[in-house]
Amino acid sequence: MNATLYTRREWIALAVLAALILIVFPATMDIFRLNLVGKYLTYAFVAAGLVLCWGHGGILSLGQGIFFGLGGYCMAMFLKLEASSPENTAIQSTPGIPDFMDWNQVTELPFWWIPFKSFPFTLAAVIVVPVVFAYIIGAAMFKRRVGGVYFAIITQAIAAILTILIIGQQGYTGGVNGITDLRTLLGWDIRTDSAKFILYFVNAALLIVVLLLGQAVRVSKFGRLLIAMRDKEDRVRFSGYSVADFKIFIFCLAAAFSAIGGAMFTLQVGFMSPSFVGIVPSIEMVIFAAVGGRLSLFGAVYGALIVNWAKTSFSESFPELWLFAMGGLFIAVVMAFPNGLAGLFRSHVEPLLAKLTRKSPPPPAPDATPAEAVKLAAE
Amino acid sequence: MIGDYTLVEFSSILAMQGFAGLILFSVFVLMALGLAIIFGQMGVINMAHGEFMILGAYVTWLCSHFVTAYVPALFPIYFFIAMALAFLASGALGMLVEWAMIRHLYKRPLDTLLATWGLSLILQQLYRSVFGAREVGVSLPDWMMGSIALTDIIEVPINGIFVMVLTMLISLGVFILMFRSAWGRRVRAVVQNRAMAGAVGINTKKVDRVTFGLGCGVAGVAGSAFTMIGSTGPTAGQLYIVDTFLVVVFGGAASLIGTIASAFTISQAQSTMEFFMSGSMAKVLTLLTVVGILMLRPEGLFTLKMRR
Repeated sequence: MNATLYTRREWIALAVLAALILIVFPATMDIFRLNLVGKYLTYAFVAAGLVLCWGHGGILSLGQGIFFGLGGYCMAMFLKLEASSPENTAIQSTPGIPDFMDWNQVTELPFWWIPFKSFPFTLAAVIVVPVVFAYIIGAAMFKRRVGGVYFAIITQAIAAILTILIIGQQGYTGGVNGITDLRTLLGWDIRTDSAKFILYFVNAALLIVVLLLGQAVRVSKFGRLLIAMRDKEDRVRFSGYSVADFKIFIFCLAAAFSAIGGAMFTLQVGFMSPSFVGIVPSIEMVIFAAVGGRLSLFGAVYGALIVNWAKTSFSESFPELWLFAMGGLFIAVVMAFPNGLAGLFRSHVEPLLAKLTRKSPPPPAPDATPAEAVKLAAE
Repeated sequence: MIGDYTLVEFSSILAMQGFAGLILFSVFVLMALGLAIIFGQMGVINMAHGEFMILGAYVTWLCSHFVTAYVPALFPIYFFIAMALAFLASGALGMLVEWAMIRHLYKRPLDTLLATWGLSLILQQLYRSVFGAREVGVSLPDWMMGSIALTDIIEVPINGIFVMVLTMLISLGVFILMFRSAWGRRVRAVVQNRAMAGAVGINTKKVDRVTFGLGCGVAGVAGSAFTMIGSTGPTAGQLYIVDTFLVVVFGGAASLIGTIASAFTISQAQSTMEFFMSGSMAKVLTLLTVVGILMLRPEGLFTLKMRR
C-alpha cells in the first residue's frame, strides 16, 4: 500500500462529498430541510464506524445505538442542567433540578449528574464514557475469542438492557420521553435558525474529520491487518499479532465515532431519548452502512443520507409501505448487492467514467468482498 | 416472620411467583426450542423467528373464528387442530424462506442475521396490513378457564397448566425426533461434518431445508400455545426475540437440555425478582447476569464436545 492517505480517485470522491454537504445542501435547502440533513449526517458517523468495525474488521455490532445514545445523553445532561437553572425552574417543588426529576419526586441532583455542570467535562465524557463502555464489552468478549454472531447477539442484548434501564429509571434519565426541552449551550440559544445553521456546519466539518481519520486507519498497516483478521483470523494470530487488542481498538474507535454523532444529534435535534438506543435503531444503523457499501467510508455517508431521506419521505406519504421497503432493502443489500452503492458505483459507473476520460479502468479493489472472500476460501 | 409476612404467606407468595415463572418458562422453552434447532444445530441466526411464532398465533386465531362460525361442535378441541395447522403453516413458510434466502447465505452468518431481520420487518407489516394493528385474543373453551385452588392462598390457572403440559410434550417430541430417530441422526451428522455426511449419502440440502422448516414449525406451535395465555399483535414476536436468543446462547447453543435448563433459570430468576423490585429492574438484572456469565463462559452452560 502506498503511503499517501488517498489515491487521486479518492481525493476526488472526498472533494465531491465535501462540496455536496458544505456547499450544495446549504445553498439549496431551507433551514428546516438542512436541519433534517444534519440529523441524517449524525447517523453517518455511526455508519462510518461500522464500515471500519464491520466491513473491514468483520465485527458486526448490533449495539451501536448504545454508543450513539451514551454520547447523546452526555451532551443532553449538560444542556438539561443549563436549561434547569433555579430561575427557569422556580415553579418546581425543588428548583434547580431537571423537570422530570421533580415530577418523579427526586429532590436532589444525583451525584453522577453533578460533573455534567462543567462543559469541558461533558465534552470529554461524550467520548470517554462510550469508549470505556466499549472497552469493557470488547475486552470481555474478544479476549475470550467470542466473535461473529455471538458478539452480535450480546451487543444487541446490551442495547436492549440499556433501553429498559433508561425507561425504568424515569426519575434519573427522563424515562421513555428522554431528555427534552434543551435550550442553550453556554448561554447560546441552540433553537434559533442561525444556531441550527452553524451547528450544521460544525457537524459537517466533524464528519469530514472523522472520515479522514477513518481513512488514515484504513490505509495504515493496521487497516491491512483488520482485513486479514476478518478473512483468516487464525493466521493473523499465528503470525504473532494480538488479535483481541486490534479488535478492541477498532470497536472502541467505532464507538467514539458513534458517540460524536450522538452528541451532535442532541445539539441539532434538541432532545435525546431511548428510541435512539435500542435494538431497532441499532440495527437500522447497520443498514445505513450496508446500503452505502460496507467497505466504503464515503458510501456510509451516502447510505445514511439516502436511507433516512427515503424513510422520511416514505413515512410522510405511505407509512405502511415503509417497513416493506426497509425489509426489502435489508434482503436486497445482503443477497444482491453485498457491497452496496459503493460496489455498484465501482462496477458500473467507474468503467463508464474511465471510458469517457480515455483512461485505463482502475485496478480492482484490494479488499475482496466478503462474498468473494468466501468463494476464495472455499476453493 | 419474614418482613411483614407470616411464613405461610411468604412461602405461598414464593410458590405463586414460582408458578408465574413456570408459565414464562414454558413460553421461553417453546420459543427457544425452535431456535435451538435452527441456531444450535444449523448455526443460522433467524431474527424472524418471533414472526414465525406470530404466524402460528394468527392461524390459531383464524381457526377459532372459523370453528365458532361453522362447526361449533368442535370448539372444545379446536386448539389441537389449530396447533397442527400452525405447525404446517409456519413450517411451510420456513421451508420457502430457506429455499429462497437462507440456503444462499449459509457461509455468511452475519448476513443471514440482517436478511432475516428484513424478513421480520416485512412479515410484521404484512400482519399489520392483513389483521390490523390491534392485538387480538382467542376465546378459550370452557374447560380451560378458571383455576384450581391448591391451598387457601395458592391458586393456579388451568390454561397455564395446559401450556406447561404442552411444553413438556413438545420438548419430548423434539428430543425423540433429534436423538432417537433416523432423521435426527442425519441432522446431527450434517451438523458435525457436512462433507462427510454428504459423502455417506445424506442429502444435506434436503436435511437443511427440513430442519429449518421443523424449527419454524415448532415456533408456530409456540405461537399457538402463546394465544392461550396472552394476546397477539403484529410486533409481539419482536418483544421476545432477544430473550430467546439469550436463552439459547446461555444454555449452550448445541444442547437441547441446556436450552431447557437456561430457560428455567432465567424465567425463575426474573419472576422471583419481579416480586422484590419493579418489573423492568428485574429484567435488567436478569439479563445483565446472563450477559455477565456469558462473558465469563462464552460457550454457555452446557456444551457438547465436538471437533469444529
